[in-house]
Amino acid sequence: MVQDIYKVIDNHKVSPDTHVLTLAGDTAGFSNPGQFVNVALPGFFLRRPFSVMSWNEDSFCIMYKNAGHGTDAMTGLKKGDTLDVLTGLGNGFDVNLAGEHPLLIAGGSGVSPIYCLAKYLTEQDVIPTVIMGFASADNVLMENELRSMGCRVIITTEDGSLGIKGLVTDALEDVDRYSFVYCCGPVPMMRAVSEKIAVGGQFSLEARMGCGFGACMGCSITTAKGTKRVCKDGPVFGLEELVW
Amino acid sequence: MVNTSVRLGDIQLENPVIPASGTFAFGYEFADFYDINMLGAIVIKGLTSQARYGNPQPRIAECPAGMLNAIGLQNPGVDQVIGEEIPKLRKCFKKPIIANVSGFSVEEYVECCEKLDQVPDISLLEINISCPNVKHGGMSFGTDPESAAEVVKSVKKVTKKPVFIKLTPNITDITLMAKACEDAGADGLTLINTLMGMRIDLNNRSPLLANKTGGYSGKGVFPIAVRMVYQVYEAVQIPVIGVGGISGAEDVLEMMLAGASAVEIGAANLVSPYACRDIVNDLPQTMQRYGITELQSIIGEAHHG
Repeated sequence: MVQDIYKVIDNHKVSPDTHVLTLAGDTAGFSNPGQFVNVALPGFFLRRPFSVMSWNEDSFCIMYKNAGHGTDAMTGLKKGDTLDVLTGLGNGFDVNLAGEHPLLIAGGSGVSPIYCLAKYLTEQDVIPTVIMGFASADNVLMENELRSMGCRVIITTEDGSLGIKGLVTDALEDVDRYSFVYCCGPVPMMRAVSEKIAVGGQFSLEARMGCGFGACMGCSITTAKGTKRVCKDGPVFGLEELVW
Repeated sequence: MVNTSVRLGDIQLENPVIPASGTFAFGYEFADFYDINMLGAIVIKGLTSQARYGNPQPRIAECPAGMLNAIGLQNPGVDQVIGEEIPKLRKCFKKPIIANVSGFSVEEYVECCEKLDQVPDISLLEINISCPNVKHGGMSFGTDPESAAEVVKSVKKVTKKPVFIKLTPNITDITLMAKACEDAGADGLTLINTLMGMRIDLNNRSPLLANKTGGYSGKGVFPIAVRMVYQVYEAVQIPVIGVGGISGAEDVLEMMLAGASAVEIGAANLVSPYACRDIVNDLPQTMQRYGITELQSIIGEAHHG
């Protein structure tokens, strides 16, 4: 974990309700895709946690959906503004489990850590299939970026305005041919996915957090291996651990 | 040079800064962030006789100048705390360790304290009779002087370690509770626990917390904590640990002027894992700025002015 003051390089809208924020500063805290950051916002007491979408030597990106007062304030951040951020929090995905042809499944804002993982894997010459589900064509995120990396991308929309009409589970076929499944999205979606996969899987959870680094037990969940903190023991958990 | 050391009853602390229960886990995890031996002492996560998961999610809500929590005393139970958590903390922390004990009955407090009394690594027992987030326990002992006295007397019978009672602010006159605990033999008091509060989600028109109510803490409670420490300092002779909304070295001085012998830092730890480190580092220069050379000498000084 690293605490630093980061400078806003860019903050732009990528869909009607979603922005991507790029921050410059110390990125030494990041080690795995699926980790998260905890952002202190002026005028708010608690930090706001977000999955990291990408990072390099001197900057990182997060994707955030405007879902409340904190994220609403974030949409007003301008180039040059500074933010106190804890970076490199949580365990992240175990990339060593991927195998030759992993399947990545994302729903809505869950695209962010899945994109991060896809970027990491393709850089290691592992080409994943990515299934992403959205409400409608207007909400689709990162499709072109993932295709240009070489990923096979399957889109589902609930209203059928793009790709397969329905949910990500409607696009789940021949699951056995994948070596491993990584998933991030709403809990009902992840539960439905977990019931369909025979190979191993890892799921990234979301939680309302107090601290983000294991101190307060605010985000604890019950797992098959006892009580775990989403922030410190997760946010990524194995299929065998999760009790939905 | 200034002297930051303080006496807490018979215990000498290098400085008065102590992370509060429930905001510092079992302490050792913060050793990854900085050398926790710079702290005066550590209060570990509150324990009960049996393991508890606590309340359903969500347990945390944002507030003006603070937060609500309704964790519900999640902990692995006294035996695992003694067998695993305290040894892990002791490996990286050489200063006093304070155990925090909750119970749903007098017998539960007694059972836990009997076991903790046998642990040499524990310097002090902080008895939580003020948790607002569990039903039929916790705070119910903290709002009735007779019940509180019964807990104090029963616990004192089974331990030779100093016993501090953690008081709730959710009461009309906190000095009545303070005096009841002192008369029953408490060695000191910790105040205040969180204030009971609620937030309601405008989108789904129901309370934000699954537990509906939660404990409010953070900067917003600081003046209430200072006032209560000031009142209790006048009402009793035993030492007081001041806690509630402290977020900087100036707040430490203010709390001590009100009458606190030491202070606990709570919600600030959740905003920054370095909060206690920064307060300890800032303390000497802040003392100098206000002409203080011996920190011990300012305890309760606001009462003489």
